[in-house]
This record gives sequence, structure tokens and C-alpha cells, in this order.
Amino acid sequence: MNRINKHRNILDFTLSSLLRRKRKNTALVLVYILVVFGLASVLFSTQALKREACSILQRSPEVVIQRLVAGRHELIPTSYIDKIKDVRGVQTVKRRLWGYYYDPTVGANYTLMVPDDPAVAEGTIVIGKGVARTLRAEKGDLLPFKANDGFFVSLEVGDIISSDSELVSSDLVLMNEGDFRQITGVPAGYFTDMVLSVRNVKELPTIAEKIRRLAPDTRPIVKDDILRTYETIFDWRGGILLVILAGAIMAFIIFAWDKASGLSSEERKEIGILKGIGWETSDVILMKFWEGTVISLSSFLLGCVFAYIHIFYASSALFEPVLKGWAVLYPKFRLIPYIDPLQLATLFFLTVIPYTVATIIPSWRAATVDPDSVMRL
Amino acid sequence: MSARKSDIFILFIALNLSAFLFFFLDALSMQADTQKKLSEERAMIEKLGLTDLCLFTDARYMRHPSMADLNTPFQDHPTSIEHFPSGTLAEPPRHLRLR
Repeated sequence: MNRINKHRNILDFTLSSLLRRKRKNTALVLVYILVVFGLASVLFSTQALKREACSILQRSPEVVIQRLVAGRHELIPTSYIDKIKDVRGVQTVKRRLWGYYYDPTVGANYTLMVPDDPAVAEGTIVIGKGVARTLRAEKGDLLPFKANDGFFVSLEVGDIISSDSELVSSDLVLMNEGDFRQITGVPAGYFTDMVLSVRNVKELPTIAEKIRRLAPDTRPIVKDDILRTYETIFDWRGGILLVILAGAIMAFIIFAWDKASGLSSEERKEIGILKGIGWETSDVILMKFWEGTVISLSSFLLGCVFAYIHIFYASSALFEPVLKGWAVLYPKFRLIPYIDPLQLATLFFLTVIPYTVATIIPSWRAATVDPDSVMRL
Repeated sequence: MSARKSDIFILFIALNLSAFLFFFLDALSMQADTQKKLSEERAMIEKLGLTDLCLFTDARYMRHPSMADLNTPFQDHPTSIEHFPSGTLAEPPRHLRLR
């Protein structure tokens, strides 16, 4: 009980001491919270996105075959299907017709696609929620598309895809094969790419190699490549986010190091007085430990709480201008919250521990010298 | 008698920790509630043979990063440099980097 009381008394003293330097400490805590908030927001959003991507993209095609000409994705003729379907291990080969459409009226890009089953009736389209929102379109509306020959084609909105799947379908415009070919100019007998299903997934690398040999101008993309894309694409260690955060973190490290390691003359005097009135060196170190803990722990907890609210309740509102880029059509989806305790612990050890340690060392140095000389400074 | 400063601080930390606990429970319960959303997304992917998430719509290699060309993002003309903001946010897919 005595020990607890001792800690509480020291904590009381520490808090009073921190409140005496209110402005300086408030500024430090605010910057600290901002740094933790930024890091935790990136951590929460990338983790949730990666987890959701890995979970849903398990259903993506086992192999996608693209044809390349001059290093670019090129239309694939029907004759390739006959070549590839005979490869041992290939179960089915499906042709895919899809492409992009730039809508000059709103400046948005859509992904046009032709579904096989069920096919969309001629003259109608099924649109994603993002397209409906951008065009303020509703079921039954007629939407004009500029065809490849320069004429406009009006297609009726037959349905709008549910917002539940907006993460994958926001910019989709599903249409009939005839309408697609008329709008995009893809000639009959040609397709965008092909998707294969195989009998045994363990044979995927062998099958991909066989296809590469049989049709050297093709590029097979296996499901593992698709899944791994989303494991690495939002690696928080890469990209511009790291550059921005690194700048903020470096500034914070310099600020915190200066604040924590270099004691002000006022703080030195305080330590001298405490030693003079009978405080042990261990008590001074304990006080400084509490000072570091109060600042870093409060900032860490508040930063993480704000980051969670920002990402999962406010739909990453502060990141939106960055994520939007030049896109007019921006998908609105709510991420499924996921907290990785290990990553949270890493963030804790990277932000709380160094600051606390940096506070203790200089005070230990000041506390071991003669109180008289410290007070005379 | 006014409350001690240490009591107020401990209460503040306890409140924050309770918020943390709430978030963990909230995350678990939301994961359970979102099965409908996940199954809709999976069904859409399976039905249309989709390969990518619709996160960015400005550049085609960001709309479908896993299907991107090997010369992405320097695609517009020789010596062209990346100019779409979204391209600077993400790492290139691993299967493109390994080639």
C-alpha cells in the first residue's frame, strides 16, 4: 500500500510540475497525438483493406491470360482459346470483354464490362453505385455513351448494383456484348483477355509455364499474383504516405529529443531543490519516468482512439483528398474494422518507450550531481 | 474535497483503455455483422471474374493494378514520368517488380 501511495504522491507532483509548464507540454502532446494519429490511421486502414482484399479476392479467376504487343496489353483473338484449352490441366476457358470509358461530361472513368451469366439485355446497363452517384442516375434513366464511331448511344439503366459491394463494383457499367463492341470499337472475334480455371491449383505454375511456351506473346497472371498485389500495394513502408509521415516523424523526434534529453535550467533547478529537501536519486528518476509516461501514454492512447474513429467511423475523411487523386468517381465504402494487436504493440514500442527512456537519462545525470551546484546554475 | 490530480489522470487512462476495449469488441462485432457485405463482394467477384478492388479510378493501372502493363506507369510516351497522384500512394505489384 505504501508503495502505491508513494507512486501516487510522485504522480501528483509530476502532474503539478507539468501543469506549471502548461504551454510547452500542451504543444508537445498535440504534436505527439498528431504523429500517433497519422501512423495509426495508416496502420488501421491498410490492415483493414488488406484483410478485406485477401478475403474477397480468393474468388478471383485462377489464371488471367493477357496478350502483349510492344509491352502493352492487346486484344486477344478467339483463335488463342483453341490453343490454350488443350493445355493439360486447363478445365475451362472464358473470354472476357471489358474496358475503360472516359465520360467527358463529368470527367469520370468507368469500367465497362460484359457479364456472361446472366447477360444484360441489349439497350440496357447495370451500373455501380459510384457511377449512379456521379451521374445522379436512377433506374429507368437513359445514359448517353459516345461510341467509337463518334455517334452517341443511349442505354437505359436497368439496375444499380448494391452499395454492399461498392469496394469492387463502384465504377462498373455492365452491358450487352453488342453495345460494348459498338461503344468501344472492339471488333468481333476479339476479346480483352481470357480467364482459366484449372483442375488442380497446385499445377498452376506448370500450366502458366506451358501457356507461356505455347503462346509466347501472352502473359498469364495467376491468382497468387492478384492476391499478393494487395498484400504489398499498401505497404505503409512505401509510397508517398511514408514520405509525408517520415517528415512529420523526424520533426517530432527532434522536438521530443530536444524536450526530453536537454533539461531546461528550470528543470535542473527543480531537481536540485528536490534533492536538497531530501528526495533520493531514485525518487527523481521515478518522477521523470512518470513525466515521460504521462505525456507519451496519453498521446498514444488519444492518437489511437482518434485514428480508429477517423478510419472506421468517419470513412478516412482526412485521407480522402489524397486518396481521390484526380478521380472524379470515388468509391464510398466502409472498411470492416480490424486491429492487429502486434502492430499496435509495435506502434506503442516505437512511440511510447523511446520518449520515456529519453526523459529518464538526462534527469538521472542531473540527479546524481551535487544539488548545490545544480541550484547555482 | 477536490479530487487528486493522480486520480483524474488514472481515470483518464482508464477511459482511454475502455475505449480501446470497446474498439476491439466493436471490430469483432462488426466483422460478424458484415458477412452479408463480404458475401455480396465475393459473389460479384466470382460472377464477373473481377481481379481488383475499385479504390482509384484516375489511372487504369491503379484501377486494375494486378492487370497493369509491364511498362506501367511510364506508359504514355517514351521517358514519360508518373503523373497520376494515386500512383505515388501505392507500391507496384510484386509480380511486376520481380520481372
